[in-house]
Amino acid sequence: MSEKEKIEEALKGWEAKVEKSLARFPERKSNFVTGSNAPVRRLYTPLDLEKRDTLESIGFPGEFPYTRGVQSTMYRGRFWTMRQYAGFASAEESNARYKFLLAQGQTGLSVAFDLPTQIGYDSDHALAAGEVGKVGVAIDSLEDMETLFGGIPLDKVSTSMTINAPASVLLAMYIAVAEKQDVPADKLDGTIQNDILKEYVARGTYIFPPAPSMRLITDIFAFCSKEVPNWNTISISGYHIREAGSTAIQEVAFTLADGIAYVEAAIKAGLDVDEFAPRLSFFFNAHNDLFEEVAKFRAARRVWAHIMKERFGAKNPKSWMLRFHTQTGGSTLTAQQPENNVVRVTIQALAAVLGGTQSLHTNSKDEALALPTEASVRIALRTQQILAYESGVAETPDPLAGSYYVESLTNSIEEGVLTYIKRIDDMGGAVKAIEQGYIQQEIQDSAYSWQMDVEKDERVVVGLNKFQVKEDPPKGLLRVDPAVGERQVAKLAALRARRDNAATTAALAALKAAAMGTDNLMPPILAAVKTYATLGEICDVLRSVFGEYRPSVMF
Amino acid sequence: MERKIRVIVAKPGLDGHDRGAKVIARALRDAGMEVIYTGLRQTPEQIVQAAIQEDADVVALSILSGAHNHLFPRVVELLREKGADDILVFGGGVIPDEDIPFLKSKGIAEIFGPGTPTSATVDFIKTHLKRA
Repeated sequence: MSEKEKIEEALKGWEAKVEKSLARFPERKSNFVTGSNAPVRRLYTPLDLEKRDTLESIGFPGEFPYTRGVQSTMYRGRFWTMRQYAGFASAEESNARYKFLLAQGQTGLSVAFDLPTQIGYDSDHALAAGEVGKVGVAIDSLEDMETLFGGIPLDKVSTSMTINAPASVLLAMYIAVAEKQDVPADKLDGTIQNDILKEYVARGTYIFPPAPSMRLITDIFAFCSKEVPNWNTISISGYHIREAGSTAIQEVAFTLADGIAYVEAAIKAGLDVDEFAPRLSFFFNAHNDLFEEVAKFRAARRVWAHIMKERFGAKNPKSWMLRFHTQTGGSTLTAQQPENNVVRVTIQALAAVLGGTQSLHTNSKDEALALPTEASVRIALRTQQILAYESGVAETPDPLAGSYYVESLTNSIEEGVLTYIKRIDDMGGAVKAIEQGYIQQEIQDSAYSWQMDVEKDERVVVGLNKFQVKEDPPKGLLRVDPAVGERQVAKLAALRARRDNAATTAALAALKAAAMGTDNLMPPILAAVKTYATLGEICDVLRSVFGEYRPSVMF
Repeated sequence: MERKIRVIVAKPGLDGHDRGAKVIARALRDAGMEVIYTGLRQTPEQIVQAAIQEDADVVALSILSGAHNHLFPRVVELLREKGADDILVFGGGVIPDEDIPFLKSKGIAEIFGPGTPTSATVDFIKTHLKRA
């Protein structure tokens, strides 16, 4: 009898025994599912591993298909980058928060911009009223950017910027600030999110229609491959798709489908795949179902490696690697008993580390209520440091590999992802699927069914629908001074009076000419920001040429 | 046939988080109401115009960006100017408790925070409708 047959026979015996005992010792429920409603069987065994060739599907860390991680020694070399997303009010206040975080041992910066900045409006625009400095820092011109990074040497930190529709403009400002610090662009290290497709489906800070948006993105790819070679030119994001309510499988599937659309657009624009693909990066969520989340990260790496190698013919192994940032799941946090969120974040951060993340943001316990205070951000950062230095989970790569359950989940997530990608390919790709509302509808259906499960108590959220307590409203939440808007408007007026307006006007005219043609837009945008043209002025020029995106509304 | 309750679910301001707004819209529809969701980035003027045009009984506002103190009262004010203050207006989102008294004093009937079951919103509408 072979080893496999022996196991099969023993398993049958075990199952028969368990079936008999179930009458006396019933299971808690008839149907066990993951956090994303995928079925969970009673037991996973070595037989589950036999369905796939181990070397081919799991392999080794640092080797194709990277199921076990993109580096060969993973965190034995160095820990993931601990990077807390931060920014609020003015450039001065955010600069102080960055210095605090760096002093606490954070190893990279992550800039949150306010909504007017993200949508390309200056702080004095009518639609900016009430929004300036609220969810991030207000940046109107190069002047604000100089303040934001004042005293922070840009050749010593890596900076991630959550900016999408106007990503070119903020990247140009960052390059210009570096130049003033005598740091050449090829020494800059960081990431711009620059992922417009997920804005259309899940995050909402779009400006332009898909075609010119894709051009702005591929222009950045082309420009950075020559001028800013260490920059991650895009962070293809599943984070917001998951926050909008998707399942784990949908998160990976829609993100990779978006990734395919960007790669196709860049190739169509004449770029060689190995020229830009090594700088593509990804951004995922981490929710509470520990094993499913770990499997999700592993499956995402494997699927992407095959896509890049086989579908796009990439030759450079760096083009095959899915490198990613993780943020713990904001939508999993509760406003009720917010201290419990520290525990949720710990589980989620653990999933990210066991899943081989390259960088990590841990949410603060008060984020279902407000922007985090310094004290709560410190706990969130300490959570990462405890995982890194005390838990032992970082001492060997991919420690859950070989787990019957985790490998099975990895395989089933991969299958689910491939099914979705096939469906989206059949629709003509991610852009078409978004225009038809397919991706939005899938996400909304999952979001609604989650909410109904919670309301029917089919899902327990501790402190929300079970184990509730009477509690007082939380005290000491962070409040953004409403006067920040007025100060920003005054600063902007002073800048407009002081700068060389003839130079600004000429630079904006040159940008308009370029936008109407086919030249790469990065050089004229860089020239414009150096004349202190504002973000709103630059985006208005582009709006006048490209028009604005009008979504179809559904629920 | 009895006229269905008509609701405008609206996202004032620049906030792009509309998971909650869409879930509420669908739950209200499932509860038998006629629901129109405005989509993102609506000005108070656009919301009020939609409410009047659609002959709405209820306007449900959602903001998670912190701009509620600026935008929610403006909606009520404009409705009042148009003589449509018999429309029930309430809101939800990430809104600090300490802002709630101010918003209520400006005519926002209720504020629902994170974790509120959709059934609570349905019940609230049924018991607080200003129009018969």
